[in-house]
Amino acid sequence: MIALRQVTRSFGRNAVLRGVSLDIPSGQSMVIIGGSGTGKSVLLKCILGLVRPDGGTITLDGQDVTKVERDAFLARFGMLFQGGALFDSMRVWENVAFRLLRGGAKQSKAEARDRAIEKLRRVGLTPDVADLYPAELSGGMQKRVGLARAIAAEPEIIFFDEPTTGLDPIMAGVINALIREIVTEMGATAITITHDMSSVRAIADKVAMLHAGVIQWTGSVGELDTTPDPYVQQFIHGRAEGPIAAIR
Amino acid sequence: MSLLAPVAGLGRATLGLLAALGRVAFFAGQVLSHMLRPPFYLREFLHAVMQIGWFSLPVVGMTAVFTGGALALQIYSGGARFNAELVVPNIVAIGMVRELGPVLGGLMVAARVASSIAAEIGTMKVTEQIDALVTLSTNPIKYLAVPRVAAATLTVPVLVAVGDAIGIVGGWLVSVNRLGFNSATYLQSTVNFLEGWDITSGLIKGAVFGFIVALMGCYHGMTSGRGAQGVGQATKSAVVAASVMILATNYLLTGLFFTS
Repeated sequence: MIALRQVTRSFGRNAVLRGVSLDIPSGQSMVIIGGSGTGKSVLLKCILGLVRPDGGTITLDGQDVTKVERDAFLARFGMLFQGGALFDSMRVWENVAFRLLRGGAKQSKAEARDRAIEKLRRVGLTPDVADLYPAELSGGMQKRVGLARAIAAEPEIIFFDEPTTGLDPIMAGVINALIREIVTEMGATAITITHDMSSVRAIADKVAMLHAGVIQWTGSVGELDTTPDPYVQQFIHGRAEGPIAAIR
Repeated sequence: MSLLAPVAGLGRATLGLLAALGRVAFFAGQVLSHMLRPPFYLREFLHAVMQIGWFSLPVVGMTAVFTGGALALQIYSGGARFNAELVVPNIVAIGMVRELGPVLGGLMVAARVASSIAAEIGTMKVTEQIDALVTLSTNPIKYLAVPRVAAATLTVPVLVAVGDAIGIVGGWLVSVNRLGFNSATYLQSTVNFLEGWDITSGLIKGAVFGFIVALMGCYHGMTSGRGAQGVGQATKSAVVAASVMILATNYLLTGLFFTS
């Protein structure tokens, strides 16, 4: 289980996280929603150690994430970045097999390539894509490659940062369905951050809403529509009027 | 406005400069420390050797040949004022191997390589590729900075050596074809005049300048701001910082090597 307690983080005078507390049980798919600039990505980066929190604690299975052995800790994670974050100097298969070609669990080039092609197939891409460079792919294909890279080493925990941003509704639906299938199939713990409500409904077991630097609401995906919380209702219906200021 | 405001401003600027130097020194320490510890990324190192060394040869060669030629003309014309035209081969040789070869070679590599490293790594930072490296259990300093710094430190002395030779050939071509020097005498005079330390000191300078160039490219790339403007600023800062540091370090090394 991932547990966050009173996590704070500021950038200069801008207090982005003001005491975030949240539990993500193992095997659950948690979606964190919230407006742009509310600190959703910062929260994920704090868990991974890419951003150091100013205060509070983050534990993974009871161990403080700042005190664990980094390589072993990171080996448990996979992450799909918002823009894909594919290495543009490498071919697609080398991107997917990046972790498999290096480090303690290093495989031979042929094995790593086979595994990369298998993962590309899993996300609906044909083997002929393997030898292309990321710049030769469409946005949707880049997201799929990013997804294949995130699951290549079969991690226990997968983070998805705005997985459908910039995609057309059909491609967004395809990516949402893929994420749901893969998370269920692997039994992984998943944290997705998004403000796309179709993603929330497709991916989430539980939903948390981040607003003003704290978790404003948590509940199951089924409770989203019935909760009286005015912040959640304004957000999911996309209303300009409500407690969330439209101009931030 | 307080009368002390200019003093406070000067103090802030000084503290800012010292803080920046501290950050660069800390980054250099991290690079050197990772250089000595596995894993080593041989493929990235060889790629950097090609990018920094091999592909810089044309620009360094062109710079050297024209500099050698111009130097010969200047020494001949200046030397004529006190009947010392015959020192052309000696001064071209010593000028190229001790100063102009390493400094101009370093500056040309700074313009070509520091900018490209800063832009590449800066773009990687802006597009979250560096964060992706971390999540894939790969240390960005070890994977991105160490191969580039090691490659530049090893290849720039080679570029300097090639540049020295081409510069001397440039001076020889101009001297023989325009200034009426005898070819064999010119070459013999060059060989007789140069000492081993003249060449070695230039190569040491080349290694130091190569280290500076790649370090500045990597540092400014990794600390790049957001967006195209951030990457542009990082690229500019890398070239300016590398060039200024090359010139300052050259003065210090020349003092160290040639004054007792």
